[in-house]
Amino acid sequence: MKKDVKTTKSGSTSEPSGMKRRSFVKLMGGGIFIFFNSWNVMELFAQTAPAQDKSLPKDYNAFLLIAEDGTVSCFTGKIEMGQGIITSLAQMMADELNVPFENVKMVMGDTDLCPWDGGTWGSLSTRSFGPNMRAAAAEARGVLLNLASEKLGVPVARLEVRDGIITDTKNIKNSVTYAQLTKGKRIEKYLDVKPPVEDYTHFTCVGKSYKRVDAVAKVTGEAKFTGDLRLPGMVYARILRPPSHGAKLTSVDYSQAEKIDGVTVIRDGDLVAVLHENRNKADAAIVKIVAEYSFSEMPVNDKTIFDWILKAESTAREVNLVGNLETGQKLSTQTFASEFHDPYLAHAPIETHTALAQLAGDKMTVWASTQLPFPLKDTLVSELGFPPEKVRVIVPLVGGGFGGKSAYRQAMEAAKLAKITGKPVMVAWTREEEFFYDNFHSAGVVKINSGIDNSGMIKFWDYNVYYSGTRGAETIYDVPNIRTTGYSRKKDTPAVHPFATGPWRAPNNNTNTFARESQIDIMAAAAGIDPLEFRLKNLKDEKMIACLKAVADKFGYMSVNTTGNIGKGIAVGTDAGTWVAMIAEVKVDKTTGKVEVLRISCAQDMGLCVNPEGATIQMEGCITMGLGYTLTEELLFEGGDIRNRNFDTYEIPRFSWLPKIETVILDRKDQAPQGGGEPAIITVGAAVANAVYNATGARLFRMPFTPARVLDALKDTK
Amino acid sequence: MEETISFQLNGKKAEVVIEPNQILLGVLRDQFGLTGTKYGCGIGFCGSCTILVDNEAVRSCNMAISEVAGKNVVTIEGLSQGGKLHPVQQAFVDNDALQCGFCTPGMIMNATGLLLKNPDPTTQQIIEGMENNLCRCGAHIRIVDAVHVAADNMKGGKK
Repeated sequence: MKKDVKTTKSGSTSEPSGMKRRSFVKLMGGGIFIFFNSWNVMELFAQTAPAQDKSLPKDYNAFLLIAEDGTVSCFTGKIEMGQGIITSLAQMMADELNVPFENVKMVMGDTDLCPWDGGTWGSLSTRSFGPNMRAAAAEARGVLLNLASEKLGVPVARLEVRDGIITDTKNIKNSVTYAQLTKGKRIEKYLDVKPPVEDYTHFTCVGKSYKRVDAVAKVTGEAKFTGDLRLPGMVYARILRPPSHGAKLTSVDYSQAEKIDGVTVIRDGDLVAVLHENRNKADAAIVKIVAEYSFSEMPVNDKTIFDWILKAESTAREVNLVGNLETGQKLSTQTFASEFHDPYLAHAPIETHTALAQLAGDKMTVWASTQLPFPLKDTLVSELGFPPEKVRVIVPLVGGGFGGKSAYRQAMEAAKLAKITGKPVMVAWTREEEFFYDNFHSAGVVKINSGIDNSGMIKFWDYNVYYSGTRGAETIYDVPNIRTTGYSRKKDTPAVHPFATGPWRAPNNNTNTFARESQIDIMAAAAGIDPLEFRLKNLKDEKMIACLKAVADKFGYMSVNTTGNIGKGIAVGTDAGTWVAMIAEVKVDKTTGKVEVLRISCAQDMGLCVNPEGATIQMEGCITMGLGYTLTEELLFEGGDIRNRNFDTYEIPRFSWLPKIETVILDRKDQAPQGGGEPAIITVGAAVANAVYNATGARLFRMPFTPARVLDALKDTK
Repeated sequence: MEETISFQLNGKKAEVVIEPNQILLGVLRDQFGLTGTKYGCGIGFCGSCTILVDNEAVRSCNMAISEVAGKNVVTIEGLSQGGKLHPVQQAFVDNDALQCGFCTPGMIMNATGLLLKNPDPTTQQIIEGMENNLCRCGAHIRIVDAVHVAADNMKGGKK
């Protein structure tokens, strides 16, 4: 975290990252501008800058503009990918400024116009960006009140603001609108102090449900995703791809591709691309290229990966140590050792990675479906040699990210080809390219040793996670002796994964919650205690207890008697500052091994809930998407050869899978809002696994729970 | 060899000189600028590219332009009439039946095709009818609700 950045009000002498403050103000016309300086941008966004801080703003950046017509524009480097912040951030702004919700316009993901931002991930937009945006709004409100006080000839204390109108409380006819106040003015204000902690109780828009502001555009086909943009002279590029990761191009013959009318072939080192103004023609040309490769692949596949991971030379990092494990072992009357496996997963957003790059004069503009506009800009600067002020990244609506669009290879490809050809170049990956170049959810192994005493109290907890990361690895139970260790690749040793891995909705927490909550269930069964009672007995965390009780109530846990092939299972966890408890009801076909999820209840404490409807939709989305990693999703590979490259072999959730979903949000109006886009996905795997156990006695240690694996587990119960 | 192919497109006569085996999706997006119809998988598996051909929901990503010669094609852009949203579109908005919105045009076209065939579907029939349209955000539950609401409204039920 940088804290030694000097503050000056006149801006910095070094080169700006985005547009200069003066040019920005000129471009936008009149109104009231609220800027912030680079003083503590790290602190502001609670995010660390990638690599070398290159895109940190050196000039003032705009937060907010109240234009001459009274409309409010809010500038954010965050992007909209379906999570709904285009609506919820506008709500927060409307509240703070006392303007109608409809008057707020979000300007998102444009590196020239928006303040620096580390990227849209980690469910940080509401909990981290939100408070700072509101501080800017409060500043603007102060300016407006002072102007009104002058204009109306009454002290600020006598003024009241409602719907963008400032009124003298002693004489309601004496009033003025924001538009009247800003007309013909150009006022620039700088936010120089860290925003105070807000009181969340006085809000009017926040806490109410709003429909998505982008809904109409999305149902009419008007909404523009990156691939829908068109520029004069634009060409589509299709790029020659290796058959597997690790394959090297040894020879290439593109003479047949060149024969197609209007095709241009570009070769630049290993980059071979065909360009055509018509997508169909580019598609036809790329398959005419004949290429040969040399192969050097890792001797690992989707079956051997877990042994491979455990055998790899790793660095162990102890993330938590409480008490003494040996003491705990002595106090235990039963001990349990388990090993859990989680495979690689694809993000599989329906919009594939897409980018359009244009070199106009000496300025490179890249429109891209990415979660990281500013880091992409950095990479364009460092890899293509453009000065920072000559690169602009704009992110239109993104058709799903889930962490997968934190990689932006496609944008680098488009920019490189635009630089070479001088033409606007569109790179829109095929589904096969999307699967091949995904930065997959990492495969991982979790080993847990734990023990309980005669009364069913957990006495020790030795938790070891290999290559899955430690998000969500903390023990939420009240255990006197704990050790939590994360194992990752040792520096300067060969790569362990045959391809790229990266964040996948609630990164690693799905793996860790599956392992932890399964182990808890195993211990509860051995203790002969109901899993709900066992958890409540071993929990002291009040938020978790409240969530667990709320979900048990919603589900009707005590009154639902499971018989035959029907079972109920519990899982709890925390993610992105939010507490989640879930109960699943499943039906298991013991002949086929097929698991059907009948019902999922979920309770969540996310602090103040900004948009209850939006948050509920996110919970439903998490639960539905979670069924995929739980039941079917798994990357099949042999070395660097990805075997599932389309939806016919990588099965994602469908309509017929839908369980009945019941959600509860424990709204905490007195507490800061927390993340909502990820938490409810973490508990799906364990809740289903525990329900399968409840129904059949079969214990599952490997996700996803395919019919074959369920049948195998059933054999062990006989 | 290029041919002249004529058809009805969103209520108007359309004509294009083109190789008849060109993929319809690309032609709609590039030659006609109708970018509401999306590419999702290229093998007719995910449904993002769904359009109506003679009132039947079909996949445009694995269909040749020649297959629509003389037929009536409707894309998402042609669904609303006189600036008023089609009942299926309106129901998607009202029921929050979308998140990222990328699969949405295909979902709406498929649902419209479904309701043209069966104006009064049961929940099970909606699920079966929508089964081969994929959504990654997990908006499924609300999409089923939206199709029910649209069916009611199209029957002249609650407005």
